[in-house]
Amino acid sequence: MQLTTLLLILAAMAVMSFMVGRQRAIGTAGGYRQIKTLHSLPKYYGYYAAIWCGIPGLILIAFWLAIADSVILDRVIESLPADLRNLPESQLSLVINDIKNIAVGQFASPDSRAELVVAADLYTALHSSARRILSGLVILLGMIGLGIAWLRLRPELRARNHVEGMVKLGLVLASTLAIFTTVGILASVLFEAVRFFQKVPVTDFLFGLTWSPQTALRADQVGSSGSFGAVPLFTGTLLISFIAMLVATPIGLMTAVYLSEYATRRVRTWVKPALEILAGVPTVVYGYFAALTVAPLLGDIGEFLGLEVASESALGAGLVMGIMIIPFVSSLSDDVINAVPQAMRDGSYALGATQSETIKKVVLPAALPGIVGSTLLAVSRAIGETMIVVMAAGLAANLTANPLQAVTTVTVQIVTLLVGDQEFDSAKTLAAFALGLVLFIVTLGLNVLALQIVRRYREQYE
Amino acid sequence: MTSASSSSQDDVLSKVRASLDRRYKRERRFRLYGAASAILGLAFVAILFASIFSNGYTAFWQTHVQLDIYFDPDIIDPDGQRDPQALSGANYTKLVRNAMAELFPGVSGRRDRRALNGLVSSGAAYELRRMVLEDPAVVGSKRTLWLAADDEVDMLMKGYIDRNVPQSSRRIKDNQIGWIDELVGQDRVRQQFNRGFFTSGDSREPELAGIGGATKGSMYMLIVTFLLSFPLGIAAAVYLEEFAPRNRWVDLIEVNINNLAAVPSIVFGLLGLAVFINFFGLPRSAPVVGGLVLTLMTLPTIIIASRAAITAVPPSVREAALGVGASHMQMVFHHVVPLAMPGMLTGAIIGMARALGESAPLLMIGMIAFIVEVPGTPFDPATALPVQVYLWADSPERAFVERTSAAIMVLLAFLLVMNAAAIWLRKKFERRW
Repeated sequence: MQLTTLLLILAAMAVMSFMVGRQRAIGTAGGYRQIKTLHSLPKYYGYYAAIWCGIPGLILIAFWLAIADSVILDRVIESLPADLRNLPESQLSLVINDIKNIAVGQFASPDSRAELVVAADLYTALHSSARRILSGLVILLGMIGLGIAWLRLRPELRARNHVEGMVKLGLVLASTLAIFTTVGILASVLFEAVRFFQKVPVTDFLFGLTWSPQTALRADQVGSSGSFGAVPLFTGTLLISFIAMLVATPIGLMTAVYLSEYATRRVRTWVKPALEILAGVPTVVYGYFAALTVAPLLGDIGEFLGLEVASESALGAGLVMGIMIIPFVSSLSDDVINAVPQAMRDGSYALGATQSETIKKVVLPAALPGIVGSTLLAVSRAIGETMIVVMAAGLAANLTANPLQAVTTVTVQIVTLLVGDQEFDSAKTLAAFALGLVLFIVTLGLNVLALQIVRRYREQYE
Repeated sequence: MTSASSSSQDDVLSKVRASLDRRYKRERRFRLYGAASAILGLAFVAILFASIFSNGYTAFWQTHVQLDIYFDPDIIDPDGQRDPQALSGANYTKLVRNAMAELFPGVSGRRDRRALNGLVSSGAAYELRRMVLEDPAVVGSKRTLWLAADDEVDMLMKGYIDRNVPQSSRRIKDNQIGWIDELVGQDRVRQQFNRGFFTSGDSREPELAGIGGATKGSMYMLIVTFLLSFPLGIAAAVYLEEFAPRNRWVDLIEVNINNLAAVPSIVFGLLGLAVFINFFGLPRSAPVVGGLVLTLMTLPTIIIASRAAITAVPPSVREAALGVGASHMQMVFHHVVPLAMPGMLTGAIIGMARALGESAPLLMIGMIAFIVEVPGTPFDPATALPVQVYLWADSPERAFVERTSAAIMVLLAFLLVMNAAAIWLRKKFERRW
């Protein structure tokens, strides 16, 4: 039986239980006229019965989805001949993949051993019988649940409270999903990163100066180890982010100042949303813009000036990333500038300061913590930005501060290491997770710091 | 004493007067800087859109060549059985070649013939096959058909290829240009609306490549994302605003939500790869996995927006509901949530728009495979619109440049519609209490 069919059957049973429960409640109360003797509205008794019928089955299905495959695989591996069973971990996983592929009927490669076909048959057979047992169990559990609900339904049963308790449990679970996500990110990245650091020492990774993650296919090949010194990636990321901030901070800040201090209401209502468009454009569009329009333009300008500009220069990627971040800086700065109390401006005007003097000497210093916070948030955006650099920055890990040369970034390397097919436990793939860990920690740190600064500043004026 | 003070006053006054000019000048300059940076920002918007549009608008038309195709029964159906199997396996390319040879009887030699046949897209054969399979009666008849031209011909007709460049540095040769001019002279070349661009999947041949598959993949993904993130987001927001006690646990949840909103999207891709694909064994490249990853990514946005919408519902509504005897849960689900729904929906649409434009996490979970078929279910391998843009942007053919830009235009149009819907919703249902 297909899983979807099973779920549909379960849903139908729950609906039926709802009606049965409602009728039963009305029945026990002694007909419609006596409904007032019930503790809750009849529909709550229906929900109560439906919960008893459906939830245990759902839990069972979830449990089955989580463990069935690994249990069945264990049984299949046990059935394999000894020479296959005792293979090292990595080769065994290849064998398992073969078995699964044969079971699905994808490609039964002609040289696959007869044992594998047998194992695949066993795998399919176990799966289908497990599914049959599951279907039976789920339906049985539904019946039992309905039976229990039937027996418990009495007019004085506090059905609404029970149902609301279940709903509240659901709400709590939904809200903890955020924690599970964070834990999931940390666990997945950390787990693989630790495996990486077992192959490559942490110090080599953090302080090594050469990055060339090519690993050889055979152990005896020249240069088989690859080198995983991530410093060029860090400097490349910082260089591009620095260029981006150099573009975004002045333009964003001045725009915010102009819009909140000088512009008329009408200008503001038109210009602000128009700038926000920049924030809504997908980053892949910026990447394309950088690669197609900005990079050739920079090349031409460089040629004109007699400079050599790499076609995937850090400057091009940084400029475009800066454009992307402008609205981010400007809208956050706008908020903090508006939060500066008007009394401070009025005080400054009363002393005879011009508007620009007021802004420069009163408003901006007062808003400085907030501006610093929003800039930090923007920096964390720039560091984590992926598509622009993947499309417009290079792959070569150059350790340079020259913005006209090509550099590579952490995110570019994560993408290049993980895109495409490769075995999962090579140092090359695991390195991507180590980079991901660094990225996660750095951006998280920047965010926490920025929010702290912004919050402290806000308290001052409220 | 008086005179001294007045003289010092004069001194100050004259100093101030002398500096005023400078200060006003500085004021004007500062103001100019502000206006200039705002204009610069707007100029970036304009340049970005102009560059995309100018590169892409031509992709919505496609050059077609008119050919007199003779559906030769000897080629398509030598047995005369009209057996669908035989019909679908027949050599339709030969029909196109024959038609070309008929138009240009003077062309001989293998190389020239190949160049001549290269003028028509390899997709023309599929088009003919589709016609025959749909209606076997065409076999044996002669039809005048408009068939798609090769992408290089398309580029030439759209003026992207410079005829004055030496032959060796362009992909379309002089003799081919001569034939095209002859065809143009016979009125056998025209541009027509490029419907295939919207319906077909990816292809290595630019003239056959379309965004149909990617759009459908994106659609599946957004459906999964919406079905999961909207109820979950509302539930989480309702709990945090209405039921959560003030304690450390709830503080932890809130800090988590705020931080997740700022985690780089590629990290979510790593999570999807490690958890959904490697641990749970879900299929690679499937929109359903993409939807799951995007759900985790958009949840914080939706939760934050929904919480704002819930706080905006005035306490009087709550108190009135409680006053007539509703339980806390009834008060929330009968009154607060329906009143907050427009705000929640607005947040959800904005979250969906962000999810639609996202591509970095999708690269991690293998949605960048080259997939020709349009996916039929959320479990089939697929790609997404922004990822399609990324894939095409890497292709060397000139014709893919306009297609990439056109795909971006379609993507931006979707985003525009979604954001407009959000704004409309907010305007229409916004209530000031």
